Amino acid sequence: MSSHGITRADMQHVHLPRRRRVNRLMEGLAMLAALIAVGMLVIVVWSVAKRGAGAINLDLITKNPVPFSFEPVAQGLANAFVGSLVLVGLATLMALPVGILVAVYLNEFAPPSVRTFVGLALDVLNGVPAIVIGIFVFGLVVIGRGQSGWAGAFALACLMLPLVARSTMEVLALVPSSLREASLALGVARWRTTLSIVLPQTIGGVLTGTVLAVARVSGETAPLLFTSSIVGTQTSWSPFHALQSVPVAIFELSESPDPQDHARAWAAALVLLLFILFTSLAARWLATRSRRKLAASR
Amino acid sequence: MSSAELTPEATRRPFTGPRVRFGDLVLQVVAGAAAAAATVLVGLITWKVIDGAWPAITQYGVRFVTRVAWNPVVSHELYGAGSFLFGTAVTSLLALAIAAPLSIGIALYLTELAPRFLRGPVTALVETLAAIPSVVIGLWGILVLGPVLRDHVEPGLHSALGFIPLFGAPSTSGSSMFTAIIVLTIMILPIVSSISRELFLGVPSELKEGALALGTTRWEMVRGVMFPYARGGIAAALILGLGRAVGEAIAVTQVIGGGVFIHWNLFDSGDTLASKIAASYQGATSKLQVGSLIYLALILLVFSLVMNLAAQWIVRRVARRQGLGART
Repeated sequence: MSSHGITRADMQHVHLPRRRRVNRLMEGLAMLAALIAVGMLVIVVWSVAKRGAGAINLDLITKNPVPFSFEPVAQGLANAFVGSLVLVGLATLMALPVGILVAVYLNEFAPPSVRTFVGLALDVLNGVPAIVIGIFVFGLVVIGRGQSGWAGAFALACLMLPLVARSTMEVLALVPSSLREASLALGVARWRTTLSIVLPQTIGGVLTGTVLAVARVSGETAPLLFTSSIVGTQTSWSPFHALQSVPVAIFELSESPDPQDHARAWAAALVLLLFILFTSLAARWLATRSRRKLAASR
Repeated sequence: MSSAELTPEATRRPFTGPRVRFGDLVLQVVAGAAAAAATVLVGLITWKVIDGAWPAITQYGVRFVTRVAWNPVVSHELYGAGSFLFGTAVTSLLALAIAAPLSIGIALYLTELAPRFLRGPVTALVETLAAIPSVVIGLWGILVLGPVLRDHVEPGLHSALGFIPLFGAPSTSGSSMFTAIIVLTIMILPIVSSISRELFLGVPSELKEGALALGTTRWEMVRGVMFPYARGGIAAALILGLGRAVGEAIAVTQVIGGGVFIHWNLFDSGDTLASKIAASYQGATSKLQVGSLIYLALILLVFSLVMNLAAQWIVRRVARRQGLGART
């Protein structure tokens, strides 16, 4: 909407040119701010793509790092990719069922006061810095038993839980109550109504939330530093000892003075970034799709 | 009517059945246990962090919070959070000071100015910025941004504004509080701008159109109608952004350089609470040092709890007030 019509109104007088200048200045600044944000994204992604693309090869995901060598050898980060897969996979297995159950309880059973209280706890949990979560799991499990994949996965699960629970609650709230009432009126038990009528409606939303949570924690370094970072260079699938992960590997390589290490860090960063961008896009697509479906059924 | 036989329970029996369905009970108990576990987790985190910090708490008490010291040399051990608190305050407050006007500008552009076909894509791009892992931003910060700032930005700022102590001698390594501030700005920008955007979208269009119809320019409408309407929400968004900046460990560790001192030169290295913890993940040996590190985590935890609850409280208060406003 342009403001041309207003300029001729009676109340506009001497200051009008200045007011319009201020207006144009502010509009320009707002546009500049948006440009800066998009520019930042482009610069970061471009930097990673430019430096990472040259260093990506099959060795990156098939070969393990070589600890000490005087001549250049083909090495990769296979142990980190495998470790990340195990850690994020286990974290999802821990957080997903609990998150869904929390959401079901809060949306279907809990009295309003409990709902507010637990909702607040979820928000607080979501706000706890990732490094503090790492320290918490360090104090809970690692002191005494040592680092392990389980400890790392549990730390990641703590970060995923509020995300999964919140997104599940959002879709549960969208399920029309007429569906519940229809099922209950037919004499179907509450638990069956919840499990086989209400929950299936939310699959799209739950999936979206899970994918977003996976995207978020697969890039998390802080919770793993104290729980699953002191590792060898061999590939391992067993969560009973510490596992390397892609973000921790990038973190360590970025602090190294060796340019070869930097090249591998950029390559790993590019793979991680592509994975996260792809999953976020997939989540976005899933979200619009499932929301449209729910809205249609309403 | 023989009320002796027909108790209220008895009259209801044919319709609802008094027996508790076993499945209902199981689901409710299991789901309730999950909800209880999520709540207990918050308490458990607090307890475990206090428990881990206990050696340092009993040794140093509250004095720890302000003391500037971090000396792990055996038999000369002395720890304190002072310099890290200072570093945290400087980096996150300055990052917030840069990010706040930018975010509000972005939100205004996305809600009021951008052509319709641009709004969706630009919103998605800004939100994508939030999805970039901090370790990747840190990698970029240490290998790309740091050197650029050191060679091109810091000397210029120093020669132009060197009389302000903040802009001292340029760093030699590229690791500096200044780099950390820029990195943090990038990380909190998408958070604050996406919340502000939603707040601006919520401003009733009657109010906006009313102001425009009275002859205000668009900026005057924004200042006179949208800002007052969204003020509380923006405060909450800024608090959440600050919380993110304070708690960010990895990217800051990568770019800030480290060190235990208080100085005002942004171009020198420093440390924050979170970055000190992250940087020490392999080094802590003595019980007291581990306790002190966890003490730092405890300070962070208290910060994040306070800021989160403050943001929640503001949001709730604003929602209630606007709910009342809408009804009257």
